[in-house]
Amino acid sequence: MNEQVKIDLDRAERTEKLQGMGCKRKRVEDIRFTQGKGSYVDDLKLPGMVFGDFVRSPHAHARIVSIDTSRAKAMPGVIAVLTAADLKPLGLHYMPTLAGDVQAVLAEEKVLFQNQEVAFVIAEDRYIASDATELVDVEYEALPCIVDPFKSMLPDAPILREDIKDKMTGAHGPRKHPNHIFEWQIGDKQATDDVFANAEVTIKEMLLDHRTHPSPLETCQSVASFDKVKGELTLWGTFQAPHVIRTVVSLISGLPEHKIHVIAPDIGGGFGNKVGAYAGYVCSVVGSIVLGVPVKWVEDRMENLSTTSFARDYHMTTELAATKEGKILGMRVHVLADHGAFDACADPSKWPAGFMNICTGSYDIPVAHLAVDGVYTNKASGGVAYRCSFRVTEAVFAIERAIEVLAQKLSMDSAELRMKNFIKAEQFPYQSALGWEYDSGNYHVAMQKAMDTIGYKQLRAEQAEKREAFKRGETRELMGIGISFFTEIVGAGPAKNCDILGIAMFDSAEIRIHPTGSVIARMGTKSQGQGHETTYAQIIATELGIPADDIMIEEGNTDTAPYGLGTYGSRSTPVAGAATAVAARKIKAKAQMIAAHMLEVHEGDLEWDIDRFRVKGLPEKFKTMKEIAWSAYNAPPPNMEPGLEAVNYYEPPNMTYPFGAYFCIMDIDVDTGVAKTRRFYALDDCGTRINPMIIEGQVHGGLTEAFACAMGQEIRYDEMGNVMGASFMDFFLPTAVETPKWETDFTVTPSPHHPIGAKGVGESPHVGGVPCFSNAVNDAYAFLGAGNIQMPHDAWRLWKVGERLGLHA
Amino acid sequence: MIPGTFAYHRPTTIGSAVALLIELGEDARPLAGGHSLIPLMKTRLASPEHLIDLAGIDGLSGIARSDDDIVIGAMTTQHSLIGSSLLSELAPIIRETSLMIADPQIRYKGTIGGNCANGDPGNDMPALMQCLNARYALTGNEGSREVLARDFYLGAYETALAAGEILTAVRIPVPAAGHGYAYEKLKRKVGDYATAAAAVMITMAGDTCMSVSIGLTNVAETPLWAEEAGRLLVGTKLDEGSVASAVAAAEAITDPASDMRGPADYRTKMAGVMLRRALERARSRATA
Ligand SMILES: Cc1cc2nc3c(=O)[nH]c(=O)nc-3n(C[C@H](O)[C@H](O)[C@H](O)COP(=O)(O)OP(=O)(O)OC[C@H]3O[C@@H](n4cnc5c(N)ncnc54)[C@H](O)[C@@H]3O)c2cc1C
Repeated sequence: MNEQVKIDLDRAERTEKLQGMGCKRKRVEDIRFTQGKGSYVDDLKLPGMVFGDFVRSPHAHARIVSIDTSRAKAMPGVIAVLTAADLKPLGLHYMPTLAGDVQAVLAEEKVLFQNQEVAFVIAEDRYIASDATELVDVEYEALPCIVDPFKSMLPDAPILREDIKDKMTGAHGPRKHPNHIFEWQIGDKQATDDVFANAEVTIKEMLLDHRTHPSPLETCQSVASFDKVKGELTLWGTFQAPHVIRTVVSLISGLPEHKIHVIAPDIGGGFGNKVGAYAGYVCSVVGSIVLGVPVKWVEDRMENLSTTSFARDYHMTTELAATKEGKILGMRVHVLADHGAFDACADPSKWPAGFMNICTGSYDIPVAHLAVDGVYTNKASGGVAYRCSFRVTEAVFAIERAIEVLAQKLSMDSAELRMKNFIKAEQFPYQSALGWEYDSGNYHVAMQKAMDTIGYKQLRAEQAEKREAFKRGETRELMGIGISFFTEIVGAGPAKNCDILGIAMFDSAEIRIHPTGSVIARMGTKSQGQGHETTYAQIIATELGIPADDIMIEEGNTDTAPYGLGTYGSRSTPVAGAATAVAARKIKAKAQMIAAHMLEVHEGDLEWDIDRFRVKGLPEKFKTMKEIAWSAYNAPPPNMEPGLEAVNYYEPPNMTYPFGAYFCIMDIDVDTGVAKTRRFYALDDCGTRINPMIIEGQVHGGLTEAFACAMGQEIRYDEMGNVMGASFMDFFLPTAVETPKWETDFTVTPSPHHPIGAKGVGESPHVGGVPCFSNAVNDAYAFLGAGNIQMPHDAWRLWKVGERLGLHA
Repeated sequence: MIPGTFAYHRPTTIGSAVALLIELGEDARPLAGGHSLIPLMKTRLASPEHLIDLAGIDGLSGIARSDDDIVIGAMTTQHSLIGSSLLSELAPIIRETSLMIADPQIRYKGTIGGNCANGDPGNDMPALMQCLNARYALTGNEGSREVLARDFYLGAYETALAAGEILTAVRIPVPAAGHGYAYEKLKRKVGDYATAAAAVMITMAGDTCMSVSIGLTNVAETPLWAEEAGRLLVGTKLDEGSVASAVAAAEAITDPASDMRGPADYRTKMAGVMLRRALERARSRATA
């Protein structure tokens, strides 16, 4: 073997051993998850622990005439029953929301949505607590309710929020009506209106991204344990953002922050549902402080679906102006946002409509204007980012559906229309009309690759034939081709525009190398299943040349992890992943000085080689990171402090903008309305790929949730405000049987401002998937003149479309 | 999702089970596989204070032929129905239907007796039993009797079971050799009850339909035996006109609830579509 081949082989072997970035490392957390050895909040059992359960309102809107807890309190095993009257003296009957509103912890004078929390029963066991809720006698006087957000601001609408009815300026400016929350505008209205007034072609469509729910498999839960002697509170809970929860608990309870220990153990999915604070958390904390014993609160499935944060409910009137040739000239969007009874959206504080202004999408649209009105209704509160960055699924849905509507009006192929309007590779960094600076993209290349791979032309030809056959009565199936080309905005975010309750949205990593060369690293984020323990270790492995298997990642304990804003909005890789790389580089810089000392050369004479520093030109003279670690503690250079660790708090200079091209081929049975996805192809560009296998898993999961949302998942209310279908009997969680087969693909366009060029991928498939499915359905019926078909596209609704079009005998 | 308090009893004979049911009255319920009853208890739509588990009673499960009947013990699980070679041979529609019930985990526990006695219009077995003209063997305080599946269902969760009575077996007349069959079920996903479903048993002589029996699931407060629809098909060649009138007759007797599966008009029409498809498939399977 010649020398060079030997060296190459040795380097390849050393690289492989690291299991660093770019390798399909198996998820280390799955060893415990697949054996039922995860440790979740409900697994926690503490001596003397008691259990809480809620008395909930059967009404959507009612005055509380009286609450009598005496029968419940008399029941053996019941320890306490909390009502608003007990919380009010502590100032805790309301709590602040992340959106600058307040939210009732326990209803005081009125209930504002069905299943709202009215009293909290604490008992010796879970069964007694549940039994006792039936013994709390609440007398209600029913009031007329608002279910349709378009009726919220009518002059004679019942006033929902009497607690703030005289406060006509909210957290985001003036309120136009007692049921109005905010109006938020961005863009050049005059210039946009001018473009529309003069445009050759315009379209306008009300696009509904309907109310649904993130429905993580593990519901929301907490265990609070207050030590009266030490005056310390330990709070275990399902928290996507444990540090923020600690700060909020400190602010509202008055306990000093260092005496609060917040621990988020393993979390069984979050998808935005576990960002906010809930009545159950507050009541378990109050219960424990009052009683001095641990109090556990565990939500059941129906409570989760009907009371903790919902997602979407955006009614988006979307307009495009274009030339006859299909060059888009302007976009105008008005959103009516149904926020439910309280404004408890989890958005960065200055963004009441999240990043809805990413709605110009992947297109070079010169002018645009967006206005969003948030209103109250008698429904549960929320509006969280369900597997997406803040309101990004909504924004992408608006533009990607609107493009299809425009294409139809122009009688132009919608793929061609997209190609014609894409931001060009050389335009990056690109300033959008609504204020964002897109970091990088290569849209034409991605779209072309996707079209070539699926055989777009042939599919359109097949569709044309099928349509003729349908018209001739030879088939009862309609074929739809759905396209979506999305651009996300993730990784919040730069301090100049992103904070939560005044806390800037940085994130953090602390890496400590032990003398023997193994590592513990802690981050301010919190995995809910994303695989952080696997991927962060891969970043460190590559940066520091230490095998990923020798690196332990820890998150979720506020006592040990550095402060961070948590995991949602695809921010872990863009922000904490960046912090990890930067902290690792600090360590590497110190390691280089130590290596120079060990090898008795100048620092500048060393070069990095996978897992070691070697002397330039003398590859046999080197020190591995493991050797350096030992020296760092035991024989550091003179005047250097011992140890090898670093912390980085990373404030990102910009967001990242992942993108992708998705195609869906669907066949719909017009007689039943049942839609079958024949093929789904997803090309994702998330910049640098840390772990291709985890990316693929994330894409599969996100697409499955997108499929669910588009094809049937919903939280519906009847006209009395009764929440419908809030159990897994009706709420559509697809099983493996219903879920289509996913084909994945990729291009790589690194983020120029991120230390490793990574952009985040966990939410892309959801954001891009929802409009893709909806476009496929709409495309299937388009040639019959169906007009816009709103989601969700479950079978009965599609059958109704067929009825309307006279397709049934 | 937390049930109320209940006492658990496990009698070993039918007699003692019946005696317990009589003694404890309204507050007691038989427990079979628990996969209809326990979900109701968890949502507190039912709060029985006593559960009388039938699992300890010998002789309540098994599938056998007895003269012209197939006899299936009440505690026979849906999983065993699927695995039975006797059923596959003599009445394969039972296997086909069982495979469309819930999912494997539930079918390991859920029983034919529980499915038939439950009285939920969403259950698949009752309409099938009506289609097959099964008889239910009931044992109570006064002894045993038989009730036709076609007479058993009185309303949602209301059946001909008298206080203290237990369903011990279903007896199904052995279907004619060479019959065609199909169970067509429209559902939103695995584990869902039917939006609408149709069971069809048919015999043919050449292209002429000699006999047909039709059951409909979940499109009224009770399962439906579509007698008139069947009558309209006998003697026909199952031509489009006859099928259309049978479908119309079947649709006419439905009275479904509007729910998250769809509004009533949709579910009625789906009963028609399922019937049409079941007829087609049953005909293609008939060999005589
Ligand atoms: C997620 C899910 C999906 C399902 N999907 C379907 C479906 O698609 N189709 C379908 O048909 N079913 C479905 N089921 C119900 C399932 O098939 C049940 O097992 C069945 O309905 C009842 O049988 P069981 O043995 O579990 O009865 P249990 O739940 O134990 O009892 C049901 C009722 O019948 C009474 N009972 C039981 N046995 C007797 C007896 N021998 N004599 C008198 N009374 C008796 C009980 O007191 C109770 O009132 C589903 C269940 C679940 C949980």
